[in-house]
Amino acid sequence: MMTRHLPWIAIAIIGAVALGVVAVSRGEAVNALWIVVAAVSCFLVAYRYYALFIATKVMRLDPSRPTPALRRADGLDYVATDRTVLFGHHFAAIAGAGPLVGPVLAAQMGYLPGTLWIIVGVVLAGAVQDFMVLFISMRRDGKSLGELIRMEMGQWAGTIALFGAFMIMVIILAVLALIVVKALAESPWGMFTVAATVPLAMIMGAYTRWIRPGRIGEVSLLGLVGLLAAIVYGQAVAASPFWGPVFTFTPLTLCWILIGYGAVASVLPVWLLLAPRDYLSTFLKIGAIAALAVGIVIMAPPLKMPALTQFVDGGGPVWAGGLFPFLFITIACGAVSGFHALISSGTTPKLIASEGHARVIGYGAMLMEAFVAIMALVGASILDPGIYFTMNSPTALIGTDAASASAAVTAMGFPISPDLITQTAKDVGEHSIISRAGGAPTLAVAMAEIFSHVVGGPAMKAFWYHFAILFEALFILTAVDAGTRAGRFMLQDLIGLAVPSFKESKGHMPGIVATALTVAAWGFFLHQGVTDPLGGVNTLWPVFGISNQMLAAIALMLATVVLFRMKRDRYAWVTMIPTAWLLVCTLSAGWLKLFSADAKVGFLAHAAKFSAAAGAGEVLAPAKSMAEMERIIFNDRVDAALVALFLSVVLALLFFTIRTCIAARRSAAPTAREIPAQLVPAQ
Amino acid sequence: MSGFLTMLRQTARLMVGIPDYDAYLRHMLTHHPDQPAMDRTQFFRDRQEARYGGKNGGKCC
Repeated sequence: MMTRHLPWIAIAIIGAVALGVVAVSRGEAVNALWIVVAAVSCFLVAYRYYALFIATKVMRLDPSRPTPALRRADGLDYVATDRTVLFGHHFAAIAGAGPLVGPVLAAQMGYLPGTLWIIVGVVLAGAVQDFMVLFISMRRDGKSLGELIRMEMGQWAGTIALFGAFMIMVIILAVLALIVVKALAESPWGMFTVAATVPLAMIMGAYTRWIRPGRIGEVSLLGLVGLLAAIVYGQAVAASPFWGPVFTFTPLTLCWILIGYGAVASVLPVWLLLAPRDYLSTFLKIGAIAALAVGIVIMAPPLKMPALTQFVDGGGPVWAGGLFPFLFITIACGAVSGFHALISSGTTPKLIASEGHARVIGYGAMLMEAFVAIMALVGASILDPGIYFTMNSPTALIGTDAASASAAVTAMGFPISPDLITQTAKDVGEHSIISRAGGAPTLAVAMAEIFSHVVGGPAMKAFWYHFAILFEALFILTAVDAGTRAGRFMLQDLIGLAVPSFKESKGHMPGIVATALTVAAWGFFLHQGVTDPLGGVNTLWPVFGISNQMLAAIALMLATVVLFRMKRDRYAWVTMIPTAWLLVCTLSAGWLKLFSADAKVGFLAHAAKFSAAAGAGEVLAPAKSMAEMERIIFNDRVDAALVALFLSVVLALLFFTIRTCIAARRSAAPTAREIPAQLVPAQ
Repeated sequence: MSGFLTMLRQTARLMVGIPDYDAYLRHMLTHHPDQPAMDRTQFFRDRQEARYGGKNGGKCC
């Protein structure tokens, strides 16, 4: 009986040793593989025991119970799908830019805090959330998160959650677009390759529309060849005295280009631009993630970032605030991501063939995403810390040339010579690497380091750097386009609650108005981020993190309510512990963002500082005029209002959760509104 | 080996939202023999529209 546990005990010991090496080593460089081994062993053990416990005891999954794919089979939306095939679908839908960016930003505190949070967070919170929401939706005909909350917690709770989800979407789109701006500004090579994907995708679109409909593999290969050509050719374009400047944009110009792009792309027919580019970005994403994993294992790089930096107490240049609570909102996707609740209650529950598959898809795919986050953290940590802080500190702190950046970063305690800064930029084929915040460029330098070690040597670094930038920009642009469309429908639904005629998708007017409002909303925050003297990521990423973790808290509160209503309260700690932790983190982070007296952290303190100066007729750097001062104050207040809004959404849902749980405890019989097991299939 | 390749192909296609056409056809033949089924091209266009029409809540960050 005991023997079947032996291999797992061995894995647990390996994991504990690896984790010990990662946690305890000081002074000498630790190999990155220790982190990878620690993470993989923890994930395997958690999957074998904790996920199994949730499946059998908490949910009591029943493989004989018909899933929506069987009950409502239609061959289109509801299709019983092979477990492995569905795992791929689900993983591709949840893994995006989030798990790649957050850990890179979190590396400013050293590699240890991020590693531990990703491992513990995913096992106890992130994967539990995805799994629970999948379970809940699967037992309710694949209904969406908003509908599930309405069913189990009432009309009001559902509407508030829907509104919260829309605002989160807006912030996500703004942050993603900002990352693209940061990566492509003043980079003619990157800009050319990304711009080239637009006509390329349109050619692919025409091919799948008229020439060979449905031949996705063929057209993707065609597109890949085009992409590689664009990267190779981009170097010549950037070097050309005529074309180089044509593709060189300031961040502000790029911001307007992106806003225009978002507005136009989201109303084009889907087959023309969105679908073909989605093929490219999806396959490239999966390929790049796999290649990164192989590359890290082959290269086995040592970690150059210290385990902990002095910024754990706050005051870091990349983002403001101390380890608690800000680390836990900076790494959102990868540890726990509320956005996944929308996927787990989207297409996946309609495709799952048996309840028995829910564990590998709900819990397993999220572990896989955490592994992606671990790789991103490793990527940021194998770079020279001097390079890392040069790339991620705002120009307000380190200036814009190699000499000033080298002096400022060396003064932080991470010695770096101006020559190394210039040389690194030259190696990756960029004019400058100074203050390229947002995570994507840093990760691209790391990927260039790893890939060129495996294929091509130093001469290929510039190619791999632009390949990495292209791959990140591609799926971010796809997300911007798809997200604007989704936001439009969410907004139409919301406005439709007040003005029913607005929900009609027949007329063009509501669609155009809702699209314009959605683009204007994320465009506003993007513009604010681009013109932010602290680099934007500094301001917007925490707001994004708070909102995303709050959505996770909402999803876990729904899960708690369902457990209470199923009369399984004795197991409700499984969701209550992560809910409590997320509430503590997000509420205190939100509170600090609103009311902290430190102007670097608190929006209101920052606004007060600037308005006091404006009252005295002073212009504070980085503003250059009174008008800019006014804008900074206005932006601070908008951000504060937004955070306050998120706080009230989550508190309102907490109220509904407690009320529903108390009511469920008073009831003698289960009240959860599942589709009964014995119900005859609908067809 | 061919089973593995088929699965790989299906996985890649479902990743971009296109379910298995043969499964759809089987479903239509068993359950709705009286109704006309979409051909491959119609099926592809229908699924493309369904995935990107915006009703699916988009993708993750």
